[in-house]
Amino acid sequence: MRRLVLAIALALTVPAQADDTMPAAPWADRQLPDPALEAKAQALMETIRCLVCQSQSIADSNASIAGDMRSQIRTRIAAGESPGSIRTWLIARYGDYVSYTPQPDAATWPLFAGPPVLVVIAGAVIRGRMRRKRVAA
Amino acid sequence: MRRWTLWLPLALFAGFCAVVVVGLIVPKSTDIPSRMIGQPLPTFALPAAVAARPGLATPDFNRGKPRLLNIFASWCIPCAAEAPVLNDLAQRGVEIDGIAIRDHRADLETFLAQHGNPYARLGADDVSAVQLAIGSSGVPETFVIDGHGVIRDQHIGDIRPEEIPLMLGKLREAGR
Repeated sequence: MRRLVLAIALALTVPAQADDTMPAAPWADRQLPDPALEAKAQALMETIRCLVCQSQSIADSNASIAGDMRSQIRTRIAAGESPGSIRTWLIARYGDYVSYTPQPDAATWPLFAGPPVLVVIAGAVIRGRMRRKRVAA
Repeated sequence: MRRWTLWLPLALFAGFCAVVVVGLIVPKSTDIPSRMIGQPLPTFALPAAVAARPGLATPDFNRGKPRLLNIFASWCIPCAAEAPVLNDLAQRGVEIDGIAIRDHRADLETFLAQHGNPYARLGADDVSAVQLAIGSSGVPETFVIDGHGVIRDQHIGDIRPEEIPLMLGKLREAGR
């Protein structure tokens, strides 16, 4: 009985229309014919954040804007542009947030410098303790 | 060891908890503002999206008067909510150009018939090329472009009626 109710409920659901119905961009879901170029494009796509589903890369996201970004990246890589310059182009438009490989800058350098500094401090503390132990023994 | 240093680890932990709780309560903004503000519009030329309006290209923004560039789509619900505000602004003499993202011509014409057409020009962007080039990350967004084709400001999300004075102020600012 419960399965019947569930089946009827599922059949009556209306899909949410929050996205467009146009076909995908030409290179959104097709791989480039050259495997080396496709590998470069894939590596770049996996480190660019989707602007809509912000916890996914554009390689994973089904959003149409992610498809458009994939298509642009593939077209540019096929035309000979380097992944680094495409990433720079995107960062120039959306900021560091769009890239999964942020560079240290004025605001974020403590995050990058913190761990090595803490390791040095921890090493000094341990060394101090070992020396005290040796003296005690 | 001094008395107060005994409490230091607990105090640090309390500080950490405070940071986490504030982060959980204050809602995170998921807007990604465009970094192209202050830069000239990228070069583009979009075909006409509907029969009633010409297409849109970069030279159209070099005419000396600040204009609004509205990125929208017929499948976007907040864009329907924003339409009366855009009609109001158009009636006040603000020139608005539109870029329709990934829209079928028939859907767009139905949308404009239903909600009014405040646009002077309307370009069709079927692969979000111009949207990516100007740093827009969704619909609806409205850009303030000055008379020399330089992007001066960005409004993310639909323009509310109470934000009309704000937009007029931004246009005045861009006109200086």
